[in-house]
This record gives sequence, structure tokens and C-alpha cells, in this order.
Amino acid sequence: MLLITCPWCGPRDETEYHYGGQAHVPHPETPADLTDEQWAAYVFYRDNPKGPFAERWMHGTGCRRWFNVLRDTATHEVLTTYRLDEPRPGGTR
Amino acid sequence: MADTGIAALRNSPAAHLAERMRAATVTGARGVTLTELPFLTMLNLRVDPGSEAAARMETALGAPLPCRCGDTTASGDRTAVWLGPDEWLVLSRSDEAPALREALGQAPGSVVDVSANRTTLELSGPSARQVLEKGCPLDLHPRVFGPGRAVSTTVGPVAVLLWQTDDAPTYRLLPRSSFADYLARWVMDAMGEFGAPEVP
Repeated sequence: MLLITCPWCGPRDETEYHYGGQAHVPHPETPADLTDEQWAAYVFYRDNPKGPFAERWMHGTGCRRWFNVLRDTATHEVLTTYRLDEPRPGGTR
Repeated sequence: MADTGIAALRNSPAAHLAERMRAATVTGARGVTLTELPFLTMLNLRVDPGSEAAARMETALGAPLPCRCGDTTASGDRTAVWLGPDEWLVLSRSDEAPALREALGQAPGSVVDVSANRTTLELSGPSARQVLEKGCPLDLHPRVFGPGRAVSTTVGPVAVLLWQTDDAPTYRLLPRSSFADYLARWVMDAMGEFGAPEVP
């Protein structure tokens, strides 16, 4: 069980949240100009790092807000959480 | 409450369990009771906190809107509960919607009557906290949770708004109406053991 700190509600059990996949995936500025391959890369392809990974979570039974979590995929340690309008701590995406 | 006209035809979501809830009452030092408080007025407010519209709504309410998770503010029989950074639930016995809608004016936001969305179960007595602790992941110890605190969480598998109203302790559980039957039965089951002497 992960203990995740919601930026608005504080620490709560993982069961109160929904997972939303990789964070910081920018929507293409001009989707109509993309090739099928580029569009497929945007829609389906995600990073799968071993180590710190920025991902989106939603506090479903609390404030119902989306936010970002920096989690270590090898140890499941929640390194930090931050709001959607804040940059990823430590830079890069 | 006026029980005339169309109001007399209303059925609350846990009305069919009233007799069972009375029978499940535990008295004495390990006492705990469960009752339904039907038909509270609930208004969902969305407005940008800190805006002029929010200030007008606070004047109409007679109390500031709470700005942190868990906080509530009261004015008369009205209580505003924090649901999100720009979302509140106003609980009362009277219809505040017209005044709040006028206070919002044309500003971005909403005032929606959601009274039928949830019902209110009141759990009270010396053992009430132990009953909740069987299925609530939050820390309800008095050092962190007390009267005037309200949070959205789960009790058993049911999402509820959990609000402590006094030191008895008394808790109000606000589940969605369709979960009220299940939650009331879950709580009555959890209350059962307190009727027997404590096992050391």
C-alpha cells in the first residue's frame, strides 16, 4: 500500500486515488500535421524507466483533483507530489 | 420541518432501516447509536476563492469559506465544508440557494442544490470512534481529528463525507443515497460487538 500525499488533502492511502499514467506528455501543437507513426507515438508510447518516474494521480474519494507524483518504480517510494501547475522538481520530465 | 403537501410523500434513503437502527443501539459505557438525519439541505458551491464573488457569498453565508482540507465554518444552522480548493458543500435546514445564487451573480462558478445526492447518518456515543476505526483509513484520534473537522474519505468500501460534530463523540457520515442502505448495515454490523462486555 502506497501512502500518497495529496497536495490539497495531505497523506492518504493509495486506495483513495486513481492512477493516470505518465505525466508531462505534451499534446501535439498541430495534430493534423503528424504522420500516423508520430500520432501513434503520442497516443500509445510511454517511458518505462527504472527509477524516478513522474506520473499523474487523481484523488477520487477526496478533493477529486489531478496532481503529479514522482515515484521510484524500483522501490515504489513516493519521492514527492506536486500540483499540475508546478514544474517537475529537479528538472527534466 | 413542514410535513405537509409534497414533503409528506418523501422517503429518505435509509428510512426502511429506522427500526433496525433503533434495535442496534448499544447503551452504557460502551454505548453507540446510529440514526438517520433525513432531508438536510446540501448546496454545492464552486467559486474562485479570494475573488469578489467568493467574498459576496461569504457575506451571504455569514461565515468565511474554509480554505483547507478538513476545515468547516458555521453560522447559525449553516455549515460550510471544504470539498476541494474551489469547491464547498453547505449543509443547512433551510434553502440558501437563492441568496447564494444572487451573491454569485454573473461571476464564474455555480450554486447547485444536491440535497438528494447524499443522506446523513449520525453515529454517536463513547464507542463511535472505535466503530469507525474498523473501516476508516484516517487517523480519528482526538489529537488530529475533532469537532468541526470534516473530510472526504471511505468507511468500509463506501466513499463518505465524514464530519465530527461534538466530543461525545458524534460523527455524521454522508454517503451517496444509493450507498446509504449498505453503509447503515455495515455500521450496524460493526456496532454489534459493543453490546457485549469488552474482551480483555
